[in-house]
Amino acid sequence: MTVSAFVDAERPFLIELDAFSGPLDLLLHLIREQEIDIADIPIARIADQFLDVIETLGLNEAANYLEMAAWLLRIKIQVLLPRPFDDEGWEDPRAQLVRRLLEYEQIREVARWLEGQADLRSAQFSHGFVPEPPEPEPAPIELDLQEVLDAVDRVLEAIPRRVLHRVVPRPLDVEGATERIVALIEDRGKLDFTELFDDESRITDILSALVALLELARIGRVRLRQRKPFGKMGISDGPAVTTG
Amino acid sequence: MDRLSQLVEAALFSADGPVSVNTLCTLERDVTKPEILDALDNVRRQYAEAGHGVELVEVAEGFQLLTRREFADAIARAQLVTRPRRLSGPALETLAIIAYRQPVGRAEIEEIRGVSVESVLRSLQDRGLVDVVGRSEGTGRPLLYGTTPGFLELLGLRNLDELPRLEELSVALRSPEDVHGMG
Repeated sequence: MTVSAFVDAERPFLIELDAFSGPLDLLLHLIREQEIDIADIPIARIADQFLDVIETLGLNEAANYLEMAAWLLRIKIQVLLPRPFDDEGWEDPRAQLVRRLLEYEQIREVARWLEGQADLRSAQFSHGFVPEPPEPEPAPIELDLQEVLDAVDRVLEAIPRRVLHRVVPRPLDVEGATERIVALIEDRGKLDFTELFDDESRITDILSALVALLELARIGRVRLRQRKPFGKMGISDGPAVTTG
Repeated sequence: MDRLSQLVEAALFSADGPVSVNTLCTLERDVTKPEILDALDNVRRQYAEAGHGVELVEVAEGFQLLTRREFADAIARAQLVTRPRRLSGPALETLAIIAYRQPVGRAEIEEIRGVSVESVLRSLQDRGLVDVVGRSEGTGRPLLYGTTPGFLELLGLRNLDELPRLEELSVALRSPEDVHGMG
């Protein structure tokens, strides 16, 4: 996009919007274009031109450009203020601007150098060169209102109308297992862990019994005895002893 | 070429990036740095003198076999490879600042460039050209960025010392005194 910005009635010049990487870039462009000595910037003129350009380019809403515009206007006013008689300690209000511009120009020169180096290097390929995958442009979405509404309907339809609450029975019955084990111990004095189950036992029965046993052992109601890892586990009346 | 030179050549051929001398030293037991450097010199001379389409290049603190520049266009035209994407102006400016000021925080980069650099920083990080190298001691302990070996590789630089010295640039920073009181 090229916009003709008539910031100087005598010397209209072209400004390319995409060409600017920021307010300092634009400012440098104005200064170089008019062959202005960077050490003696006609600040009032440059500030006005800067404002004109950002307005023309619609950049006046970009915070970066506005900040720069505000700074330029402040310097413009400071320059207008009468200079103290005693020059000692007086700093040109433009000094900081000049420093930033020079610093930025220097960075730009380095950036150009980097670009040249990268171009040179890109002319040499390594073995097994793997090209970077091109960045896919996000496809522009073209929809009319009806299509959007249809899509919304489809989403709404996909949502289940009723939420079913299913009450899952408590899978472990530790209380029941505890009662059974206590009854068995009282009846027989001692028994083996495997005797608590038969062919009908489900995994939840075994787990319930195990939890119940551990709890009974913890409170000292039964003793558990297992001679070796994964070996037989004896259950007897009395205080808990977990290993034999 | 002697056996060690051949081994070094084979290692460089098989690697997918620059290989450091230290890594080359691990190729064989009891091999010394000077021996590896000799071998590298043999490989370099072999390619240069016998006339080859590839050459030995010193880059990113290491060595790499690369095709000779003069064949780039033909190779790219035949679509055997694609040249890497070029960096945008903002990306190059941001890289330049990081290269010279590292370790450097985002605020300082934005101060110099006069714009927000958040997204450009992220894409440089995604391309493996810069990375977080620490945290500043300042308020909020902001992240500090530095360049990576990938940066040197992209530019074909041996190390950061090959960046132009600021005094060599045509735009010299004037001291504040030069500007002071002018007008």
